[in-house]
Amino acid sequence: MNRLGRMWDSDIAWSFRHSPVAVVAAAMALIIILAAVFAPWIAPYNPFDPSSLNLMDGFTPPGEPNAFTGNTYLMGTDNQGRDIFSTILYGARISLFVGFAAVIFAMVLGIGLGLLAGWRGGWVDSLLMRVADVQLSFPSILIALLIFGVARGFIPPSMREEVAIWVLIVSIGLSDWVQYARVVRGAAMVEKSKEYVQAARVIGVHPARIVLRHILPNVMGPVLVIATIGLALAIIAEATLSFLGVGVPPTQPSLGTLIRIGQQYLFSGEWWILLFPSIALLLLALSVNLLGDWLRDALNPRLR
Amino acid sequence: MLAYILRRIAQSVLVMLVVALVSFALFRFVGDPISSMVGQEATIADRDALREQLGLNDPFLSQFATFVMRAAQGNFGISYRLQEPVMELILSRLPATLELAMVSGVLAFVFGVGFGVYTALRRNGWLSNTIMTVSLVGVSLPTFLIGVLLIWVFAVELQWLPSFGRGNVVMVGDWPTGLLTPSGRASLVLPAITLGLYQMTLIMRLVRAEMLEVLRADYIKFARARGLSNRAVNFGHALKNTMVPVITITGLQLGSIIAFAIITETVFQWPGVGALFINSVRFVDVPVMAAYLMMIALVFVIINLIVDLLYYVVDPRLRVDRAATRH
Repeated sequence: MNRLGRMWDSDIAWSFRHSPVAVVAAAMALIIILAAVFAPWIAPYNPFDPSSLNLMDGFTPPGEPNAFTGNTYLMGTDNQGRDIFSTILYGARISLFVGFAAVIFAMVLGIGLGLLAGWRGGWVDSLLMRVADVQLSFPSILIALLIFGVARGFIPPSMREEVAIWVLIVSIGLSDWVQYARVVRGAAMVEKSKEYVQAARVIGVHPARIVLRHILPNVMGPVLVIATIGLALAIIAEATLSFLGVGVPPTQPSLGTLIRIGQQYLFSGEWWILLFPSIALLLLALSVNLLGDWLRDALNPRLR
Repeated sequence: MLAYILRRIAQSVLVMLVVALVSFALFRFVGDPISSMVGQEATIADRDALREQLGLNDPFLSQFATFVMRAAQGNFGISYRLQEPVMELILSRLPATLELAMVSGVLAFVFGVGFGVYTALRRNGWLSNTIMTVSLVGVSLPTFLIGVLLIWVFAVELQWLPSFGRGNVVMVGDWPTGLLTPSGRASLVLPAITLGLYQMTLIMRLVRAEMLEVLRADYIKFARARGLSNRAVNFGHALKNTMVPVITITGLQLGSIIAFAIITETVFQWPGVGALFINSVRFVDVPVMAAYLMMIALVFVIINLIVDLLYYVVDPRLRVDRAATRH
């Protein structure tokens, strides 16, 4: 049987096919991710190209022709005449980029430190786990906000705009590495004492190779669950910081920035500037969350 | 016992020192304090004299010690942006934040326990299913979005409640409170719901899970067999036994409520400490940032310390374990 066939017959795939919630959530997440990745080809307008914008098109309600230009927009336009649908596609791109990058950063850092703590033990282990304990007692969004604020202080003002997105990724990543480190450390300590690892050590396999080839694959299941739920958390954290006006710069609006802009027009009746980005963020966070929940149950042998 | 308490306190002091080091580093390495203090025409000799006078040439450790001593007395200097002593700024805004946090904490606890008990007892009722589904959406919705949507519905469309500010406040001693005026109470409703909703779903899910667990226990079957009324079994036996973990989690959540107040205060332009902090991050107002950093760390360290010590008092197994490992 080929590899694809084996995947189709695996336990995970079976549980996926028999969970309607997981299928719908996966489909929704996939659609949003694809739409974001291919935004430049899908979006009817480029919202960051000033030459294509017409101020007369500003505040066009969704689905109605504009009073001056007669143009119709699916989700309406904002104050500068930008198509809301296009800004959402480009915004989701930035939200997803920050989310994925932060998760990968947290994952690499967490796995690395977790393996180090679990494999080496001793004072390295106690030091890292103390730090982890302390960090876990604070909510991660507060940690991200504090790291971001402190880092901004150290960066010279002229560079703040351009490096903001990277500082944001590092702040969110640093606020979430503990989850990975704890799980990986626990699993590494269990695997370390097993006979196959001792056998590998006896025949002189390099420790780095044992850790990477034998121990790491055994901890990837739970890590994947944490990463999926972590993605939803990272997207929400990014949106929150951008909404508070301390996240991505206004030249690269993410979904959080769009919601912040939309809130300003709520009282003057232009509800569509707020509503559609909010729905996009909610669908994205909800679908990734549901996928994470399903994956956690599917990989948990006690629930089978 | 004493050794455990001492070790736990030493650990808390260490955490505070690390946070103080970060705050101090902010002061030390962000910008040059001298150039923000003197005018353009100051000579290099003047600057060096001032530098010497302020102690900026002292060794790192003695500067840090001075910083910690002053921080312990609540002296964080003057805000770069507002030109007022930082401690006064924070103290004048603290009542607004604490009032908001307290009201949402109580709301979250009362409704969380109520809904949790209801959904556990009527496991398959339509109302329980609705509450559980809504709570799932509530967990996925970011706090700021809940706030914005509440403003849209209740302030813009229905025009029932104000969307920003604290309303009128009256002084009770030194404490400005909005709880005693109609506009103050009306202003509190939306922010309190926004801030408390996430904690409420958390408490609700916890109470429900614990209740379901306890209701399956033998002593509940026994109580029913003895012919006790449903009411006595559900509330006298089951609920009582679920409350220990619930109270612990709620206590730990107190810190989170203060942290999430940053977001709620920004959405509703609530004149509290969180909004002050966000503005200080935006404008890189180092003294305010440093003071907030130390304050929030202190709140968390104290809450965690109290919870850990209470655990030790409440749960005898912890003491037995320790005694067993010692011998």
